[in-house]
Amino acid sequence: MSTTTQRVEAGLKKRYAKEKRFRRYGMISISISFLFLLLLLTDIVSKGLPAFQQSYVQIDVTIDSKTLGGITEDSTEDELFSARYSKVIRNALKEKFPDAKGRKQRRALNNLVSKSAAYQLRDEVIKNPKLIGTTASYWFLAKDDIDVFMKGNIDRNLPESDRRIKDFQLAWIDMLQAEGRLEKRFNTVLFTNSDSREAEQAGIRGALMGSLYTMLITMLLAFPIGVAAATYLEEFAPQNNKWVDIIEININNLAAVPSIVFGLLGLAVYINFFGVPRSTPLVGGLVLTLMTLPTIIIASRASIKAVPPSMREAALGLGASKVQTVFQHVLPMAMPGILTGTIIGMAQALGETAPLLMIGMIAFVSDIPQSIMDPSTVMPVQIYLWSDSPERAFTERTSAAIMVLLAFLISMNLVAILLRKRFEQRW
Amino acid sequence: MALNTILITLLALLLFSFVIGRSRSIAVASKNKSGRRNLHSLPSYYGYMVVIWTVLPALIILALWTAFDAKLISSLTFSSLPAEVQEKGEDSLGLLLNEIKNLTASGQLDRIKDDPVKMAAAERYQSLRSISAMAKTVVVLGAAILGLIFGLRLVRPETRARNKVETVVKGLMILCASVAILTTLGIVMSVLFESILFFKSVSITEFLFGTHWSPQTAMREDQAGSSGSFGAVPLFVGTLLISLIALIIAVPLGLMSAIYLSEYASSRFRSIAKPTLEILAGIPTVVYGFFAALTVAPFIRNLGESIGLTVASESALAAGMVMGIMIIPFVSSLSDDVINAVPQSLRDGSFGMGATKSETIKQVVIPAALPGIIGGILLAASRAIGETMIVVMAAGLSANLTFNPLEAVTTVTVQIVGLLTGDQEFDSPKTLAAFALGLGLFLITLVLNVIALHVIRRYREQYD
Repeated sequence: MSTTTQRVEAGLKKRYAKEKRFRRYGMISISISFLFLLLLLTDIVSKGLPAFQQSYVQIDVTIDSKTLGGITEDSTEDELFSARYSKVIRNALKEKFPDAKGRKQRRALNNLVSKSAAYQLRDEVIKNPKLIGTTASYWFLAKDDIDVFMKGNIDRNLPESDRRIKDFQLAWIDMLQAEGRLEKRFNTVLFTNSDSREAEQAGIRGALMGSLYTMLITMLLAFPIGVAAATYLEEFAPQNNKWVDIIEININNLAAVPSIVFGLLGLAVYINFFGVPRSTPLVGGLVLTLMTLPTIIIASRASIKAVPPSMREAALGLGASKVQTVFQHVLPMAMPGILTGTIIGMAQALGETAPLLMIGMIAFVSDIPQSIMDPSTVMPVQIYLWSDSPERAFTERTSAAIMVLLAFLISMNLVAILLRKRFEQRW
Repeated sequence: MALNTILITLLALLLFSFVIGRSRSIAVASKNKSGRRNLHSLPSYYGYMVVIWTVLPALIILALWTAFDAKLISSLTFSSLPAEVQEKGEDSLGLLLNEIKNLTASGQLDRIKDDPVKMAAAERYQSLRSISAMAKTVVVLGAAILGLIFGLRLVRPETRARNKVETVVKGLMILCASVAILTTLGIVMSVLFESILFFKSVSITEFLFGTHWSPQTAMREDQAGSSGSFGAVPLFVGTLLISLIALIIAVPLGLMSAIYLSEYASSRFRSIAKPTLEILAGIPTVVYGFFAALTVAPFIRNLGESIGLTVASESALAAGMVMGIMIIPFVSSLSDDVINAVPQSLRDGSFGMGATKSETIKQVVIPAALPGIIGGILLAASRAIGETMIVVMAAGLSANLTFNPLEAVTTVTVQIVGLLTGDQEFDSPKTLAAFALGLGLFLITLVLNVIALHVIRRYREQYD
């Protein structure tokens, strides 16, 4: 045997070991990435799942005409509206737990139920004024501290001074639970209410509507403009033209510009120069349009480019004009790819936060927006706002909002993938 | 009429003009013996032509009017004010106008009935607004109807309707394509103008080389201890530190993932693993921020404490790590593309010489793909530098000039958000500083992007 062969064979074992190690590094890298993803998702889900349930307290309430401030069933709606329902609730609580002594305990007692209890009672009475003078039991939303305790996030074995729920409150809760007057139900408030300072009353409806309006504007503007721009650049633009080159470089660049810079643009140009009202879905949509345009244009161009020239030649050969060829043949064939790109761009826009902070969509809005000109916030910004709140109950709601947002994003991406699979043509 | 009503009317006119234009072309053509064949274009093109004449001028007028009437009305209102009020300067005029606007909108004008100057201004403002609204309706709808009549007169068999329509369509497409240029121009203008204003009160050298950042400016002249200093070095260092941590995590993981996926993995594993990795790219950054602030940062702090290190609760390490996770898919998909672009013949040559797969990858594929990979890393770096939400939620607020990843640092984007989300007057150096930072951010990422895109393009051309 020659020495070269010997040397190669001697090294073989080491080289194969290296090969195996290298391969393992690759595997480990992918596994770590997956692990991160898994960690992130389980963290969010485990934090957010409890938020889909909410505690309710049942109390016997005597709707006493005198406590309400002399309101009777014949009073006008205005009088019914401004009566003192919170006092009725306070009295009902006092009756249930007569042992509450001192200011501190009295205050804790009133904080057993949410402030929304009075509004709930008001609505019931306005609906049916005959309730005045009767006694009945009602289910009210529990205050967030009670709710947090019910979900097992406050340890009752801690020393009293470290607990947000004190011993006397524990006694009340135990008593209510023993009587079956404290229970957890599906959290409808989360989906019907808008933002609120009180954690138990805060919901994502307002942010969802804001996101919907913003996305509507973005889609109505970005899709036609993006497709038109891509069509022009791919089909009509003169080759080797300086302007076309500049536009191309520009688009590729814009795709990589930090999103917050678009927010600065929106603030300086839309709001300060053109006077578009702040905090509205209109200005949000306008900013997100500019941000998603590059994505849509790049995807549409790729899709248009993939349509084989023979299709164009056939149409041209039958006497169609260039514009007819493009609009009646090339674009319909490229549409699945264009739509996929658009959906992916829209999903990006739906998750975008930073530029919207710049244009005032960070404001606290407790009304559900009714049009594109109403101040509103959007889902990601709502998540950001809630994540800043120190209350435990808001952490939970933040994760729940994230779950809702991710559900939307994942379904949009799934639609995009399905669309691509179903309609993609291999030429 | 409100904007909505005008738009709906225009929409109705649009449908009407299409139908009438189309049928008129048929009617005109059938006078002749050869009928429709007599027309230059298909009848619907005549319809489109009339639509363009009806809607396009009206829409342009409407857009310009809506964009500029608020400014015109306010300046006209100002000029009607008595001279002594006008001399008070722009700020108080702006305040006055805002008050009038809000009161008009909520219908509470009698609150200022004791102040004759304000009341007069409010009345003038209201009358100007109603005049403008009325004139807008008349002019826009008038333009539409004139356009309709003119368009209909053009419907003649010899009119080259298709060519006219196609010219307009092409023009509109060029307009859409130039939106990209307008956007870039808008970005440059908006950050540049505000930055120039900023550099009038703060010198460029202080901004670029100063090491102390505390943008709290005094509200009153005599206030102590808050003169405001705008040395941006700590911000850029903080940004660099966090981006560096992110890249240290993302580059090896992303690159190795890409190598494994493109060179080793079976096509089935690849078809599952690639989309799964891309989920990481699809998660909104605010979610990463939440994860970083509530899960990763406390974890790192506790870990550090258990081995006797003091870790800030908003440490650069936590923000950088999570940002690294975020850009893994970015690095991996870009590297995947470039690795796949390396011609198979290079690999085959290496295998033929007896190299193992890993030797081929390390000594042939990676060197061949290196320019592309570097371009991808530069793009990833630009993304990390411009990333906002993760750092806003997980990094610190106070500027701290340090390279210690366990301490809290702040970044350029955090400061922009911090300076612009509070309520301040728009012209204070504090808000203007945000635009100066924005300009810096834009320039840095622009340079990175241009180099990266250029490198990747050159690389692609090499193997095409």
